[in-house]
Amino acid sequence: MIAQVIPIQGARRQPDRCQAVTAAGRACRNRARPNGFCGVHQPPAPPERIGPLSAQRVRRLLELGRRRLLGDYEVDEFGFDPELTEKLLLPLVKPLYEYYWRADWLGMENVPSTGAALLVGNHAGTVPVDALVMKFGLLDKHRAHRHVRLLAADLAFRLPVVAPLARKMGNTLACDEDALRLLAGGELVGVFPEGYKGVGKGYKNRYKLERFGRGGFVELALKARVPIVPVAIVGSEEIYPMIHNAKTLARIGGFPYFPITPLFPWFGLFGLIPLPSKWVIRFGEPIRTDQYDEGAWQDGMLVFELADQVRDTVQQMLYEDLMLRRNAFF
Amino acid sequence: MGQRILITGISRHLAAKLAQRLERDDQVESIVGVDVEEPEVDLERTEFVRADIRNPLIVKVLQASEADTLVHLNIIATPTRVGGRGVMKEINVIGSLQLFAASQKAKALHKVVMKSTTAVYGAGPNDPAVFTEEMGMRSAPSGGYARDAMEIEQSARDYGRRRRGGVMTILRFANFMGSEIETPLTRYFSMPVVPTPMGFDPRIQFVHEDDAVETLYRAVRADHPGIFNVAADGVLFLSQAIRICGKPSLPIPLPIATPLATAMRRLGLIDFPTDQLQFLVFGRVADNERLKREFGLSPRFSTRQALEEFVTGQKFRRLFTPERAERWERDAYELLNRSLGERAGAPRGIDG
Repeated sequence: MIAQVIPIQGARRQPDRCQAVTAAGRACRNRARPNGFCGVHQPPAPPERIGPLSAQRVRRLLELGRRRLLGDYEVDEFGFDPELTEKLLLPLVKPLYEYYWRADWLGMENVPSTGAALLVGNHAGTVPVDALVMKFGLLDKHRAHRHVRLLAADLAFRLPVVAPLARKMGNTLACDEDALRLLAGGELVGVFPEGYKGVGKGYKNRYKLERFGRGGFVELALKARVPIVPVAIVGSEEIYPMIHNAKTLARIGGFPYFPITPLFPWFGLFGLIPLPSKWVIRFGEPIRTDQYDEGAWQDGMLVFELADQVRDTVQQMLYEDLMLRRNAFF
Repeated sequence: MGQRILITGISRHLAAKLAQRLERDDQVESIVGVDVEEPEVDLERTEFVRADIRNPLIVKVLQASEADTLVHLNIIATPTRVGGRGVMKEINVIGSLQLFAASQKAKALHKVVMKSTTAVYGAGPNDPAVFTEEMGMRSAPSGGYARDAMEIEQSARDYGRRRRGGVMTILRFANFMGSEIETPLTRYFSMPVVPTPMGFDPRIQFVHEDDAVETLYRAVRADHPGIFNVAADGVLFLSQAIRICGKPSLPIPLPIATPLATAMRRLGLIDFPTDQLQFLVFGRVADNERLKREFGLSPRFSTRQALEEFVTGQKFRRLFTPERAERWERDAYELLNRSLGERAGAPRGIDG
């Protein structure tokens, strides 16, 4: 058996001798190899754990910290910072959908592993966390660990703290220029055509889809000739059940709506804690757009037809998933 | 017969460097530099003419020089050096108007190359992530340099319409960066502690001064009519740029940012035009695809490299240096290891 010996401070040592201490407590007198120990004695094994983490993990984290401190990381032209998203934000968001909302993921294989696609989902929940859950879920669980680039309202880029975070996660303003640029770059783009009307609708209208905008997302898909993947998110309606929209307060604050929920604003900050509803997220089969010709996006009828088709698909998936779920919270 | 070139604003850094670059070209017959101040650097072949573009006499200079190419670089971004915002606007807007009016009378002239800025796109939460040349501004600049540049571009286009057959090149430069050039932004990054807008972290983009000069040179020597964004590849977050400079940042709440910047300018601590604060909140990125395609030119410096070259050229003190950061990393590991580390294998001191 090979000895594992730790050199003791203060033991008599000679430069060309082994640094180990024998069982008898004397300094080993064998000639040292380049590593400072002889053939019998081995250098001490490096520590394997530091606190709850492995030593290697600690090293990697410190190295990451050093590079961030020096600005030594890359972001793309939209400001997308993959390192921050994967290493810091994902571990923060994951417990929320994994353990708190216990999200079930269905049909994830319908999201392509490579190339551009447009994910079109329903939007609800007063605060647009459903979009974030979808985004981080695909990053976490999709076989290609894809990043979804969400299209967000300008409010997201106006608010302090939110604005830089939204950019660093890879999201951008919901405008044709940005969306087409992302799709042309082969990215997965997520869009919620209901917009504020969806997020800010009352609890009594839950899971009833609002109008899908003016079909701008269909024009986008036709222009970029990318498939549309319908997404149904069940569960986000119950996290902040909005029983009233205080329009006057919203106008004063310059917000698109001002939610009154059973807990907010009565319980102050406690009212901001989302309820632990049960989530189901389903990705439908892609709707192809490459069979239409180049200028098809100018065909208003086709745009409306496709928009309705996508909307109906999402609504249908919502009803099916609501049946799957026994109750809003289990 | 070689090219005869007239450059306005020759006392300024970029113009002088362009003149030096053109002097080395045998195909260039003559270079005339116009300004109210003498150039900072020694120019060999360039003939300096002291003249004000706001003065109608500029027609005489244009005619006497028999210039076929006009390079309009007398566009000022900061009010302090010229003595106030009023004078700055006068030089920029009225000066350019006068210059283009005079250009119509210069028979030999057939090309105008003009410096503009990507600031004409504005900076706001409604902006697309990347601006291409044909995109209109969504948050039109309300004042200051950007507004001036917009108006100058307008008078340049009007001139171009009146005078058909000529070549008009408008170069919209991103913020200049490099080891020699001095701009409000380079002074900003030289501060010991860099103030930033609290809760915001804009994307920023530079163009290295050498790439700017090279682009101007090519626009002068070959014909590239149109509008071009001149910007480096890649973007940085403001926070990231400050770290690359090795500096700590100090977040300032937005409501007090403008009064603070004004106060600091009055005290002479920093000359950062308040109209550019918007840029530090929302940032701006321009697409350089058209430049690459039409000029066949890829900027040599990326945004990061331009900033790194600026950092090496400066002598300011840095808090975060790579050496220090490496030492901190080692020390932190040692500390954690000593206090929390557990070793696998045999317990201490037992010999096998």
